[in-house]
Amino acid sequence: MELLRFTTAGSVDDGKSTLIGRLLYDSKSIFEDQLEQVKQSSERKGLEGTDLALLTDGLKDEREQGITIDVAYRYFATPKRKFIIADTPGHIQYTRNMVTGASTANLALILVDARHGVVEQTRRHSIIASLLQIPHLVVCINKMDLVDHSQEAYDTIVADYEDFASKLDVKDVRFVPISALNGDNVVNRSTTMDWYEGSTLMYTLEHIHIGSDHNHIDCRFPVQTVIRPKTDAFHDFRGYAGRIAGGVFKPGDDILVLPSGFTSKIKSIETLDGPIDEAFAPMSVTMTLEDDVDVGRGDMLVRANNQPKQIQDVDVMLCWLNSDGPKPRMKYTLKHTTSEVKTIIREIRYKLDVNTLHRNEADKEVGMNEICRVKLRTTKPLLADSYRKNRNTGSVILIDEGTNETVAAGMII
Amino acid sequence: MSSYNLTHIKELEAESIYVIREVFAQFENPAILFSGGKDSIVLTHLARKAFHPAKVPFPLVHIDTGHNFPETMKFRDDLVEKLGARLIVGSVQNSIDNGMAAEEKGRNANRNAIQTVTLLDTIAENKFDACMGGARRDEEKARAKERFFSHRDEFGQWDPKNQRPELWNLFNAKHHHGEHFRVFPISNWTEMDIWQYILSEKIDIPSLYFAHEREVIRRSDTWLPVSDFIQIQDNEEIVTKKIRFRTLGDITITGGDESDADTLKKIVEEVASARQTERGNREDDKRSETSMEDRKKEGYF
Repeated sequence: MELLRFTTAGSVDDGKSTLIGRLLYDSKSIFEDQLEQVKQSSERKGLEGTDLALLTDGLKDEREQGITIDVAYRYFATPKRKFIIADTPGHIQYTRNMVTGASTANLALILVDARHGVVEQTRRHSIIASLLQIPHLVVCINKMDLVDHSQEAYDTIVADYEDFASKLDVKDVRFVPISALNGDNVVNRSTTMDWYEGSTLMYTLEHIHIGSDHNHIDCRFPVQTVIRPKTDAFHDFRGYAGRIAGGVFKPGDDILVLPSGFTSKIKSIETLDGPIDEAFAPMSVTMTLEDDVDVGRGDMLVRANNQPKQIQDVDVMLCWLNSDGPKPRMKYTLKHTTSEVKTIIREIRYKLDVNTLHRNEADKEVGMNEICRVKLRTTKPLLADSYRKNRNTGSVILIDEGTNETVAAGMII
Repeated sequence: MSSYNLTHIKELEAESIYVIREVFAQFENPAILFSGGKDSIVLTHLARKAFHPAKVPFPLVHIDTGHNFPETMKFRDDLVEKLGARLIVGSVQNSIDNGMAAEEKGRNANRNAIQTVTLLDTIAENKFDACMGGARRDEEKARAKERFFSHRDEFGQWDPKNQRPELWNLFNAKHHHGEHFRVFPISNWTEMDIWQYILSEKIDIPSLYFAHEREVIRRSDTWLPVSDFIQIQDNEEIVTKKIRFRTLGDITITGGDESDADTLKKIVEEVASARQTERGNREDDKRSETSMEDRKKEGYF
């Protein structure tokens, strides 16, 4: 059974909570006592029916105010796959949550209200999904029951969306006409939309090919820590522990250690269950090398003929996450794979309008939830790939050294 | 060509091992919070995997309320010996004796809430800057909002509305002196994942999880084990039932389910068909809709 992580974004009005509730309910992932609790809360709030949004809103303030403040994670499984939903609020000031939820997702569900078609929020979600390089987008055209299950309404929205999406960097976009409320084409096929010949949403989630979502070409092994047991049985054991960020590693492979430039061969790939023949992303393993070379945290094992860039001037698309905007000449801590350096923002080139993709080069005041293209200068070179090539070796976060808060997330261009 | 796919369990395992290694690399004095329940047992097993062939490089910290199942204590001591790990016990009784915590009163009195006092005191005394716990996001709605690396202020408090964003697998462990982190490496596991993993990895767990005969009373819609720590009312009848526990907390608050599941395979089947959440039998969670959130804000597990 494989694991699929997907993100949903949208406001209450889109029927997002209803859709999640439907997926959880129809896959029997809601327990009776949870449902009972939600029913009681709905009654206390004086609601007519059971508000399934209360199921996903975990904090007291969220339930009281009827808004989602923070990313909530939901879990369900079918006999085919296990799913993790990062459910993020769709309200305008919560771009940071959308970016957070999108950062680890294989797939994004974009909800469109069939009555309103492609609106600003649809564009914003899609642009963020594209910036974060979510491999698959599934556009759910919801509330089909309110447009008489009309194929024409559906076709118009699909055409509008495709027109807009041609400007985006996405590889795989699919459309499903649904009614989350009635369950049409969510888990079960609709009997009211015979004209639709595609898959139901659940079938798509269960079968979409995700095996290629990880990079299995460019070998990247950022070292997290060195394992030296110093026991009698393992006196000379020196293992490099980490999680494969890309490519496939095998015992006997020639490797290059960056940034030192030492070369060696992989002697073995160790796990508690015994040595293994190959390791690929996203496995966590321990490697031993034939030669006693100096390797530590922040170093990266790669192939000599396929190396990341070593750069100190870094072009980055930055999403600002903090209420205090970026300050010129201020030093931030930058985290990238397992390494940590200091950085300053040399130049803000433009601000990106996440509703239109318009590049604003005149206004360089960056605030919370804004996305901008910047040039960073780091104290030491990063062993970097473009984010497009590898999400693991192409992503960075910036930390304010005074408050210790994570203030920005960046994608290397 | 081989296919480069991991099963969901192997992918979760890889994620957890990565997180545990980040804790080791980014903190100076981290520890594992060990309750003797299945989640902290799985967490400890993952820590073994992360550092093999070296020993688990963290002490196990047990917050001892004094209201334990004897089976849990025996299991804890055996595991500590097997791992060659250091055990640190924070005693709730000591916190009561030295006046830092006050015992609850009443029929359903328990030591669940006051554990927080002992936990925070143990963290401060041992200068832990990170405590890993086996909490999972699917357990409870406030826990669904947790980060992997969850910041605690100098009073040990959680501020759920003001959490650091957590992106990709880049974890920010920066903190000021006196603050600490709670880290939850198995955040993305579900109850089902835990059981499937215990089954496939053949991990030892306390016998309490398997169906067994036990003297119990019916209270708050659950079978509460008879022990020296609960007061049995006149209208409550002691009966012997074949039960098992889906979660393990204090003996005073952990209810059992009637069950015949006496093997791991049967437990997995039972969990697959369960219609109630696993914490449904936990008196500590039933007190109010926000009891977990309220306790977590104070510094609870």
